[in-house]
Amino acid sequence: MNDSLISVQSLSRVFDVSKPWLNRVLSGQKRQTLKAVDSVDFTIERGTTYALVGESGSGKSTIAKMLVGLLKPTSGRVHIDGVDLTNASAADIASTRKRIQMIFQDPYASLNPRWRVRDIVGEPIDAFLNVSGAERTRKIDELLEKVGLSSKDGAKFPHEFSGGQRQRIGIARALASDPEFIVCDEPTSALDVSVQAQVLNLMRDLQRDLGLTYLFITHDLAVVRYMADHVGVLYLGRLIESAPRQELFDSPAHPYTQMLINAAPRVDGFGRMHEAADGEIPDPISPPSGCHFHPRCPQRLDACRIEVPVVQHTGRRAVSCLLHGQS
Amino acid sequence: MTEHTLLEVKDLKVQIPTRRGVLTPVNEVSFTIGRGEIVGVVGESGAGKSITGSAIIGLLDRPARISSGSVTLQGEVISGLNEEQLRRVRGKRIGTVFQDPLTSLDPLMSIGDQLSETAMAHLAISREAAREKALQALIDVGIPAAESRLDAYPHEFSGGMRQRVVIALALIGEPDLIIADEPTTALDVSVQAQVLMLLKRLCRERNTGVMLITHDMGVIAETTDRVVVLYAGRVAEIGNTEQVLTSAKHPYTRGLVGATPNPANMDGDNARLNQIPGSMPGLLALPTGCPFHPRCSEVMPVCKTEQPALTPLGDTTIACHLATEASA
Repeated sequence: MNDSLISVQSLSRVFDVSKPWLNRVLSGQKRQTLKAVDSVDFTIERGTTYALVGESGSGKSTIAKMLVGLLKPTSGRVHIDGVDLTNASAADIASTRKRIQMIFQDPYASLNPRWRVRDIVGEPIDAFLNVSGAERTRKIDELLEKVGLSSKDGAKFPHEFSGGQRQRIGIARALASDPEFIVCDEPTSALDVSVQAQVLNLMRDLQRDLGLTYLFITHDLAVVRYMADHVGVLYLGRLIESAPRQELFDSPAHPYTQMLINAAPRVDGFGRMHEAADGEIPDPISPPSGCHFHPRCPQRLDACRIEVPVVQHTGRRAVSCLLHGQS
Repeated sequence: MTEHTLLEVKDLKVQIPTRRGVLTPVNEVSFTIGRGEIVGVVGESGAGKSITGSAIIGLLDRPARISSGSVTLQGEVISGLNEEQLRRVRGKRIGTVFQDPLTSLDPLMSIGDQLSETAMAHLAISREAAREKALQALIDVGIPAAESRLDAYPHEFSGGMRQRVVIALALIGEPDLIIADEPTTALDVSVQAQVLMLLKRLCRERNTGVMLITHDMGVIAETTDRVVVLYAGRVAEIGNTEQVLTSAKHPYTRGLVGATPNPANMDGDNARLNQIPGSMPGLLALPTGCPFHPRCSEVMPVCKTEQPALTPLGDTTIACHLATEASA
């Protein structure tokens, strides 16, 4: 807590998903909203990896976009090293922005196919750092070599590379403005296992060498277990549990976390038959009342239908479940 | 070929002529599937998993074609059949489940009609009996309130429920074999577990053989009895799932298992995933000899010139010169 780089306080984002005005008038429908992120709190310590894990519709990517400034929060605050990004002067925001970068999921869609690699990697340098000429070229070459490519690759176009190499280009671009904080949105879900291992190892090496802080967003618990120091579990926009990695995997507290860990296929789970949890993720436009998870929860109480659980802190773990820490 | 063998794929070779040369996405692939047995086919993108599946049911897109080898279902060779004969194999004797449930279902036809039409086509039963069967099929795959859902359309179902309907469709003709190509890749983890358990339970109950195509080693471990590991169109390793995953003999399989995060290589701050250098070669520029040799950590001079034959080594069978050396 004492050295947190990122601090997110009751962050929320509501999307208007109403039909167009005329359709609403004709069919007498009301406006509809979707609460993609609902009062999420967390902090990330400098030099560590915080993983947000959740299934589709849990709000993970929305949080990522708000942290890098691609989306404005509806309410709540994002502090980066003490600067409140939601409420700071334009100059402060601009100088903070270069300390934040993002790595995207799809290495095919996130690189401009008509740009040479050196221009892709050089763009953040031009935008944020005041270097040009030989110094700029040297920096680009150095970045390409840092991510395991060669400086000759700078003259090539993205289509000349495989998926794993393109993700390396994406990483080089993210590193170009010398950031401290990188938001990684499913960086390896589009890659094959053997290539995923290369990219995850590279990201860990870079973190160690450059002292980077990661927000790592994924649906893959195995990747979380390899990368994260601290894990937050999202369900329909709410952070339902957050704990240090080892604690979370050894003794998951929230019934949803337990279900998620149990359902993930395991490489050593030969012939495992398990009773998978019932049901699927409900419609986020009209989520269940009380605790969002109650219709699927094997341990639900009567109160779960009505009461929204309050976050209970024990040590470094935080759980929102009526079963925990009520006393 | 024993009595229990349901499907035998022998030296299957698929070729695609292109302007830049003939591609061979499936090259001398051989394996068998027994009655009630779940066989996994695993590999990374470009390994030839899906093309192998399409070749078995005769769904190869032109100009791809089976250039040699055979597919035998219950003693009958089905690789040379014409379209008319193949129609009687598909659905009736081999059911299919594909990755995206929305494209496998007709959006303009109710679920009940799709199921009963399939049942009538394959089982020679009356409309009423087919509707009964459709209802039972929906109940078997765990669709809640099945009776009222018979008249619903695919868009009214969630992703997991749609995939259950596709499984019901695949099973309604009472096939002996199901080919499931990445059936759970589009689903969330909790739903994936439900669908896999369902597939496994139904096939065990009905003694249906399954060819499960996936890239996920975890799914392979939990669901299959035996596994075929493909690399660049060729079988790299084949054997009992537990033995292949715990004591892989082929350097590629070993690399793949080591690259998959699991509790043994994940915990602890010094943990490190095993990485295989490079990536799968393109079909236009396949290396000579063993296709894995440029990425292999145990490469020998012979690997660069000669394609290794499948040779038993310990509990599994591998295509690797390490095995041919050991048996020589």
